[in-house]
Amino acid sequence: MFSILVAKAGSSKDNKTGSWRSVKRPKFLQKDCIGCGLCKLICPEACIEGEEKNTYRPDYDYCKGCGLCAYICPKKDIEMILETEEK
Amino acid sequence: MLSKHFSEHNFVSGHTACAGCGQALAARLVVDAAGKNTIATNATGCLEVFSTKAPQSSWNIPWIHSLFENSAAVGSGVESALRYLGKIDKVRVISQGGDGGTSDIGLQALSGMLERGHDVLYVCYDNEAYMNTGIQRSSLTPFSANTTTSPPGKVSTGNPKLKKPLVEICSAHHIPYSASASVGYPQDLQRKVKKALSIRGPKFLQIHCPCPLGWRYEPGLTLEIARLAVGSGLYPLIEYEYGKLTKVFKIPKPKPVEEYLKLQGRFRHIVNSQEEVAKIQKIADKNIDYYQLK
Ligand SMILES: Cc1ncc(C[n+]2csc(CCOP(=O)(O)OP(=O)(O)O)c2C)c(N)n1
Ligand code: SF4
Ligand code: SF4
Ligand SMILES: [Mg+2]
Repeated sequence: MFSILVAKAGSSKDNKTGSWRSVKRPKFLQKDCIGCGLCKLICPEACIEGEEKNTYRPDYDYCKGCGLCAYICPKKDIEMILETEEK
Repeated sequence: MLSKHFSEHNFVSGHTACAGCGQALAARLVVDAAGKNTIATNATGCLEVFSTKAPQSSWNIPWIHSLFENSAAVGSGVESALRYLGKIDKVRVISQGGDGGTSDIGLQALSGMLERGHDVLYVCYDNEAYMNTGIQRSSLTPFSANTTTSPPGKVSTGNPKLKKPLVEICSAHHIPYSASASVGYPQDLQRKVKKALSIRGPKFLQIHCPCPLGWRYEPGLTLEIARLAVGSGLYPLIEYEYGKLTKVFKIPKPKPVEEYLKLQGRFRHIVNSQEEVAKIQKIADKNIDYYQLK
């Protein structure tokens, strides 16, 4: 009876918000990354993964292209590039 | 299906917050710091709407939507039930609301929760207006901000009132912990959540959450703006324990408020007026002096 009022935990992952990106997306250069994890800590979409240096990357299925990871990276190892540039 | 890579987050991807939303970031930092054994309540507002687009949910912990005004009352009930079941030592309760839902319409429920002494952490996500209904001013909207109910014009320079001192109002209930935090300082924020949850009894945390849509700025500026609010003295990060100020986030070289104001469309009508900017500088200077931020 209440099933309609109860949603499955974490089920919003079905909603691929990456399609929202219009102009830019982050490019993780994986060159000077020190593995501080700050990008992963501050991504509002919780869509960055990585464990060691030069392994961090975004999941473009969800990334909305806000640019906050590029702002916080202390090594400037994340660049915002045009959506139209090659992957 | 949950991807195992992201399963460590208690608030997951796929929510419908605007790009660069400070509140989406704050909420994840809060529940990630709180851990799995947490039950959250949530007042009506942007966070509730963008995290639970029916039939989906972004929460990986038990979560319940209350009304707009009673998140603290529902949290009190959840805590009482856990106590009755003998589970209160194992599960933490967090009640959440926006600045409108907390400082205006939910203030009575919050005060009751604090006064009755429920073992709940109340988190107020302060984006400084009623954003979900289209940017109306609340009692946490800052002085001079342009909102749809405080529009600047011939007889007005925007919001005519100062922010309600909500951290102090909560602290005046002689609760163990009342503090402010900012998404601009995520580690400090998570430390405060953990500290609050290590204490039994009622706790309050107010988090500054820049809002690209309501404050009129590009999404990539959320963290810079949050840091400038703290760094100018306009958003002091303070901690009260049992009514006493015990810690402040120091800003040895405060930034001029102009640097903060000029990045945001909601202050565009005053940034070119020295007189109006000076009024806001005065608010920051007062904070710096009162809380000894330097
Ligand atoms: C009793 C009641 N009055 C009004 C509303 C409409 N309403 C829904 S969300 C909202 C604004 C919420 O503002 P705030 O608490 O600051 O959260 P935000 O959306 O800014 O995160 C309002 C007025 C409601 N849901 N219930
Ligand atoms: S651009 Fe924004 S959404 Fe995309 S990975 Fe970076 S922080 Fe996350
Ligand atoms: S913020 Fe930069 S240096 Fe730190 S983990 Fe992310 S990419 Fe690497
Ligand atoms: Mg609000």
